Amino acid sequence: MSATMSTNNKFTWLLKREFWEYRGAFFWTPAITAAVMLSLVVMALIIAESTANRAGVNLNGINFNEISTHLNEGNAAKLYAGLNIGLISLGFPIGIALFFVLFSYGIGALYNDRADRSVLFWKSLPISDTETVLAKVIAMALIAPVLAVGAMIALHLGFLVILSFWVLAHGINPMLLWSPTHLVSLWMKLILLIPINALWALPSIGWLLLCSSFARSKPFLWAVALPVVSGVLVSMFHLMNSLSLPSGWYWTNIVGRLLFSIVPGTWVNVADLRHLDGDDRLPEALNELLSFNSAGHLLSSPNFLIGIVAGVAMITAAIYFRRRRVESFA
Amino acid sequence: MSADMTEPKNAAPIVRAKGLSKRYGTTVALDHVDLEIAAGRVVGLIGPNGAGKTTALKAILGLTEFDGELSVLGLDPRTHRTELMQQMCFIADVAVLPRWLRVGEAVDFVAGVHPRFSRERCEAFLARTKIKHTQRVRELSKGMIVQLHLALVMAIDAKLLVLDEPTLGLDILYRKEFYETLLNDYFDHDKTILVTTHQVEEIERILTDLIFIRDGKIALDASMDAVGERYAEVLVAPDKAEAARALKPLSERQIFGKSIFLFDGIDHARLAALGELHKPSVADLFVATMKGTYA
Repeated sequence: MSATMSTNNKFTWLLKREFWEYRGAFFWTPAITAAVMLSLVVMALIIAESTANRAGVNLNGINFNEISTHLNEGNAAKLYAGLNIGLISLGFPIGIALFFVLFSYGIGALYNDRADRSVLFWKSLPISDTETVLAKVIAMALIAPVLAVGAMIALHLGFLVILSFWVLAHGINPMLLWSPTHLVSLWMKLILLIPINALWALPSIGWLLLCSSFARSKPFLWAVALPVVSGVLVSMFHLMNSLSLPSGWYWTNIVGRLLFSIVPGTWVNVADLRHLDGDDRLPEALNELLSFNSAGHLLSSPNFLIGIVAGVAMITAAIYFRRRRVESFA
Repeated sequence: MSADMTEPKNAAPIVRAKGLSKRYGTTVALDHVDLEIAAGRVVGLIGPNGAGKTTALKAILGLTEFDGELSVLGLDPRTHRTELMQQMCFIADVAVLPRWLRVGEAVDFVAGVHPRFSRERCEAFLARTKIKHTQRVRELSKGMIVQLHLALVMAIDAKLLVLDEPTLGLDILYRKEFYETLLNDYFDHDKTILVTTHQVEEIERILTDLIFIRDGKIALDASMDAVGERYAEVLVAPDKAEAARALKPLSERQIFGKSIFLFDGIDHARLAALGELHKPSVADLFVATMKGTYA
């Protein structure tokens, strides 16, 4: 019992360690991205003020003109749907930032300390290589995404506050913008999608950590060049034809999954979205994609499940190389 | 299990190697090394670059695979590195503390993960230095980084402390302080220290045992007392130089018109007749033993 307690406690310290080292990437990157988005909103509204009478302003799917002139009890439902889209798309840059944060973190996580020899300090402590690598997996799968979602929620709140003042200035009751049920259900979705994104991201997490742990130098080159060059070869020699698959299959399911699964929501099947396309249906389409229905569909798909197995295998290999690669000791 | 319990703990060697070997391709780094290090000793592992010192330490620390047998504190370091690290510490080089880490974070982290770490002891050591908790390692001087590392390590109640060139690149004040602190505030009879360094003169006063390693083999393994009995340096006047040479000295060098001869295993009474007897320095012994290594 006490052994488990101390092990859990130890793991918490390992997670704290990751946060200390990557505070800038994990916390400040999404926070600053959110701040930049808010200042863009303010700028757009200032421009809207000077030009709104001539042309409607569209920001991330929200037509401000429409809000300023038509917001009332009657069409509120339609506006909430539109507002949802606006809030989600407002968060996209944070998702993109998260991708860059995770990519550079993954490449360096098991490499940088070998390059600067501080690996010897970490290895002088009673921490197993498995614990070390798993802490880094958790940092990528949960810590960074949780902070990104936190930044998204803060961005949503900031945006609604700014918008409230703006509609108030136009003589409209700003309380119409605030629908707790809509907001809470949107945020609940964002939070519940974290573990789904995490499982989907395992092939990328595993691949980046494996390269980071394996490479004696230039882990970035390993991580990017290996899948891309193999993809080019596959395409050039039509290797997939022997499996009756198009070359595109390799790019999507191997190269794409290794490199881009850490972009949140990439499991969304764009093909499914196409039949819903069209301006009117866009809100429905996005809602559909974020629905638990489509998530449930995902959870049973072979792509998802095989990806998890591949991710776990690559994480295991990363642990193996973490144990062996201490060549900086010389 | 009960058999182990009844045996006094000091009887078991801290490190025991039998036929320890390691190759890198065609290079033999360790060639069937047999070694025993008892508890409560301060052992200097000394050898030229590439002699196998680092490989031996890596093997003891569980950082490399090897052939042969090796047990450290009764455990195989390859398979029990994590358990081993609860009772063993090492300082590899001045550069290994992560540069982004804050001093306070370092103390918190080690306190969090190490069951034998005493925060009070660590804070007491740090209080003697100019190091502040809010500083990052990259803001500290080289000497301060070593002070920090030493404070962290000395606060751990470990059975074996491994030091690999711990004072490399430090100025003389820090180097002296390092070993003094280590001896006065850390070392006791339950602890064992294994140290490698090129600055032999600095550690010779603190060593109890000496191991020379050359081309992956042990060239000398003796206690300092035994070394004093076995080896002797004689300052010989020119008229007796021929007689001294007849006794096959390990080495000969000239100083102030006299010759200094280093002898191995010659009766000290006999040598006293030739001239003034001295205990040889480890550095001179090392040079004589390693003759021809770089030739």
